[in-house]
Amino acid sequence: MAAETWHDIKNTSMNFDIDKIRADFPILKEIIRGKNLCYLDNAATTQKPQVVIDTLTKYYSGQNANIHRGVHYLSELATKEFEDSRVKIKKFINASSEKEIIFTRGTTESINLIANIFNKGILKDGDEIIISGMEHHSNIIPWQLIQDQKKIKLRVIPIDDNGEIIFEEFLKLINEKTKLISVVYVSNSLGTINPVEKIIETAHQQNIPVLLDAAQAIQHIAIDVQKLDCDFLAFSGHKIYGPTGIGVLYGKKKLLEALPPFQGGGDMISKVTFEKTTFNDLPYKFEAGTSNIADAIGLGTAIDYVSSVGIEQIAKHENEILDYATQSLSQIKELKIIGKAKYKSSVISFVFDNIHPHDVGTFLDFEGIAIRTGHHCTQPVMDRYNIPATSRASFAIYNTKDEVDVLVKGIKKLIEVFN
Amino acid sequence: MDADLKELYQQVILDHNKNPRNFRKLENANHFAEGYNPLCGDKLNVYVDVEDGKIKDISFQGSGCAISKASASLMSSMVKGLSIEEAEKLFKKFHSVITGEITDEKEIQELGKLAVFAGVREFPSRVKCASLAWHTMEAAFKQEEKTVSTE
Ligand SMILES: Cc1ncc(COP(=O)(O)O)c(C=O)c1O
Repeated sequence: MAAETWHDIKNTSMNFDIDKIRADFPILKEIIRGKNLCYLDNAATTQKPQVVIDTLTKYYSGQNANIHRGVHYLSELATKEFEDSRVKIKKFINASSEKEIIFTRGTTESINLIANIFNKGILKDGDEIIISGMEHHSNIIPWQLIQDQKKIKLRVIPIDDNGEIIFEEFLKLINEKTKLISVVYVSNSLGTINPVEKIIETAHQQNIPVLLDAAQAIQHIAIDVQKLDCDFLAFSGHKIYGPTGIGVLYGKKKLLEALPPFQGGGDMISKVTFEKTTFNDLPYKFEAGTSNIADAIGLGTAIDYVSSVGIEQIAKHENEILDYATQSLSQIKELKIIGKAKYKSSVISFVFDNIHPHDVGTFLDFEGIAIRTGHHCTQPVMDRYNIPATSRASFAIYNTKDEVDVLVKGIKKLIEVFN
Repeated sequence: MDADLKELYQQVILDHNKNPRNFRKLENANHFAEGYNPLCGDKLNVYVDVEDGKIKDISFQGSGCAISKASASLMSSMVKGLSIEEAEKLFKKFHSVITGEITDEKEIQELGKLAVFAGVREFPSRVKCASLAWHTMEAAFKQEEKTVSTE
């Protein structure tokens, strides 16, 4: 079942005009190999609405300047646009201050930033970090890199056959050496929505901070960081209809203030002499060098776009599509769905007994259908289910049931040819 | 099916995918190598029994897409009886065809049954699939002579 999740989805019956939404995304009109594009690879990256594309053009053609440095008109304009975007993000996830919003290159850099500063400021030999068995490589490798320098232990919450974490096992992993729990909110290969509220509550009883990888959650689930009470949260702009190369790290002010800086350079200092440097206030302390100004502003527009449709409306629509796809694909007897968690979001992974995902991907491509095939940067998940790879369809705001039908038709044709 | 797609998934390839030849472990192999394609996680083991510089027997095992499985299957039936040098020469030519360096139809047909893989040149991301078995066989040749242990 695609879930009302652990969040209450408001029953606003506003009109969700799918035709209008589709018209907002110019790429959806593309003809691929003679067929209408059926874009079902949204977990990899989402398409961009015209307003985001226009924002980038407008910035480079009329607003471009470096920020926080000049007193001239353009610099002040660019600074304002950039900082306005930060405020939009702050409001979108309900952070208590814009100082808690740090711009990064994406989820990967956000997690690496936390790993880096935890390594410098907190972690000692013998300490432990807890992750889950369904993490993206970007929430595994940064911790392993620390292991090259320190004897820290990475403890992994096991997952069951349905693709849910085994909560009792999680409880057993927590101890006085645990310094951080870093888990994925929504799994990109299984679609599982993890019980993050429960994880956070449990962690906080022992004063352990929690980092959420929200790369696959931010675009599908209404997130209120104060209500969630997560300590850190990471996401990428390109998965929420924004540009690539820009992302966010949210962190509680108190924690970020106490932690050492990440990179050194311009913007992150307030006073520099050769003897001593005073670091700048938040969020600039963690934003060394010239930021990705244009794409940060573009992300602000993407957030505006999502807000104008309403994240609850989007979730409702996507859940309908996911339910329909789950029903339709379940009826194909040669196909097996991987990931049957009770609460899922927008992702459906599947395998066939006799058809390799690579062949599935190439074949469907000729039907105009873009899906992802492979291990989805979650090789431990593939090992867990003893499969080399899966095919994955993932949905977004602009997908329709008709597109699910196109996928099903394509799969039936595929089975005919290969079996 | 679309023409390019038909060219890639020729009946011969689909057939070898479904019923791969020499798909087993060769118990008395004296050369062995493990092939791995990190892009898709495919694993392929190639076992060779070499005698007097000639491939007396060859087999493979593993998981992979239709292209890589059919390629391993056809390779194993084509190189049996060839000398190591002849097999390596054949791989060179095969590689040139699947990467599109050789496009001359007459030259392609010199590959015999392997010519069915010419369609791969339209799919650069699949070149690795078609060549995995061959690379693994080459690696097996380079292994010092020893019987493959059963773990
Ligand atoms: C769950 C999850 N975490 C992290 C990432 C990494 O995101 P990015 O490559 O944008 O840094 C992804 C993207 O594929 C993801 O799906």
